Amino acid sequence: MSNDPAVEIRGLVKRYGPRNAVDGLDLTVRRASVTAVLGPNGAGKTTTVETCEGYRRPDAGTVRVLGLDPVAQAERLRPRIGVMLQSGGVYSGARAVEMLRHMAKLYAHPLDVDPLVERLGLGGCGRTPYRRLSGGQQQRLALAMAVVGRPELVFLDEPTAGLDPQARRATWDLVRELRADGVTVVLTTHHMDEAEQLADEVAIVDAGRVIAHGSPEQLCRGGAENTLRFTGRPALDLGSLLKALPDGTEAAELTAGVYRVTGDVHPQLLATVASWCAQHGVMPDSLSVERHTLEDVFLELTGKELRA
Amino acid sequence: MSAGTFTPGPGAAPVSRMILAQTALETRMLLRNGEQLLLTVIIPALLLVLFSAVDIITVPAGEDGTGTSVDFLAPGILALAVMSTAFTGQAIATGFDRRYGVLKRLGASPLPRWALMAAKTLSVLVTEVLQIALLTVIALALGWSPHGNPLSVLALVLLGTAAFSGLGLLMAGTLKAEMTLAAANLVFLLLLVGGGVIVPLEKFPDAVRSVLELLPISALSDGLRAVLQDGAALPWGEAAVLAGWAVLGLGAAARLFRWE
Repeated sequence: MSNDPAVEIRGLVKRYGPRNAVDGLDLTVRRASVTAVLGPNGAGKTTTVETCEGYRRPDAGTVRVLGLDPVAQAERLRPRIGVMLQSGGVYSGARAVEMLRHMAKLYAHPLDVDPLVERLGLGGCGRTPYRRLSGGQQQRLALAMAVVGRPELVFLDEPTAGLDPQARRATWDLVRELRADGVTVVLTTHHMDEAEQLADEVAIVDAGRVIAHGSPEQLCRGGAENTLRFTGRPALDLGSLLKALPDGTEAAELTAGVYRVTGDVHPQLLATVASWCAQHGVMPDSLSVERHTLEDVFLELTGKELRA
Repeated sequence: MSAGTFTPGPGAAPVSRMILAQTALETRMLLRNGEQLLLTVIIPALLLVLFSAVDIITVPAGEDGTGTSVDFLAPGILALAVMSTAFTGQAIATGFDRRYGVLKRLGASPLPRWALMAAKTLSVLVTEVLQIALLTVIALALGWSPHGNPLSVLALVLLGTAAFSGLGLLMAGTLKAEMTLAAANLVFLLLLVGGGVIVPLEKFPDAVRSVLELLPISALSDGLRAVLQDGAALPWGEAAVLAGWAVLGLGAAARLFRWE
């Protein structure tokens, strides 16, 4: 039972008018893991998550959440999942703690509300109605509402959008604790650092499909290569350097006096470059190794142009 | 919070507890809203006091010829109170709930949709009980002497609530929140004037009157008047009009209501 995946999506298609918001998406989420669904705006992240939550009926493909069909078996699924919408979800006149207490009453074994309120810094909201809370307070309330029912699986749609750095860290800590206590977390984000920090698995979504999937380390290692950058005299003869380097390595002068070596960057390669510089009387003013971040991988895969 | 705090322990609360909690919250939201109170309590109470004290519109006396203007007004004001909560208040509140994503969010909670609708209906009924209690006290102080069978009054109020709730939810579930706000207030005003609440339908030309009599507000205010002023048993014609509106409104709302 607990070895079954928490979420299993096969060939999901969701159309809005003539456009496929989701276009043949596959995704498997292990139990007690954190999966980040990463993608540019309009990639289909929210549609995918909302299909798992039972809000949307797939046009094609299958979705199983905790082994259940989110639409046909909604009544059985809903008590077991926690949902944080991208925005809203609270009566405009309700107070934060009042709404959280209310949500707690809908579950059989809810968390104690007071420690959760303190934990997420909602105690200071007092009698302020929801519509007058700050964006950050509204986000933290939505997060608290997602976890108060002690779910097995939580879906967090952009949980840190609009949060200040402290609140963002607090949210990250909470996600880590959820995972440590055996809760499965699926979150969407377009912050690479968030995915790198939190996720066991990252699924990069673009144009309604998963175009890369793996741990952050796997994604950074595979696909994109690492680079070594150094500066020296302009117009050095790189032919002799290339001979000294292993096959598959490339070297180029980017602008006058700035050189880039791309390939599998390891200590031996660094030594080779350094000794070649010594032989040619080149004093590198700077020499740096640039490891690819998830951001590089992301931009490489999804393209660098801005999207509407 | 220590390790193990979030260890899963999922499960829905018993549905009766969920409905109770949801009813309490919905009622609190209604009573906390200043504009809603203006509509549901202050306007009906002011109209009752004002038109009883000042002879602005000559009102027909009861069939025995001894009635006072409050005997005519009180049933109409009770009908207005039902409309203000079940129709106007519910349409506006539900429209904004939809707009703020409340209905969507609750849709992902263990609370089933039918239980949410049940809770909304109960909260409307709780509010109506408070309104009717307050308005009855005011009317009695103004010299009101009600007649008739309280069970007939209850039946009319329930039928009226069903009719107005259906129309209110239909509006809230299909229009944008701002549109609902404007339209619900406009309809409230039009029905207040043309629905036999304070202006007797006899004041309108016959052709207009026969159309106005088919409005749910006219059926409710004339029905209540037939019982409370004239001591009729149950006015079947008015009850049938209300039942017709209830079937139409609730049926259309069930088919057309959009949750997001």
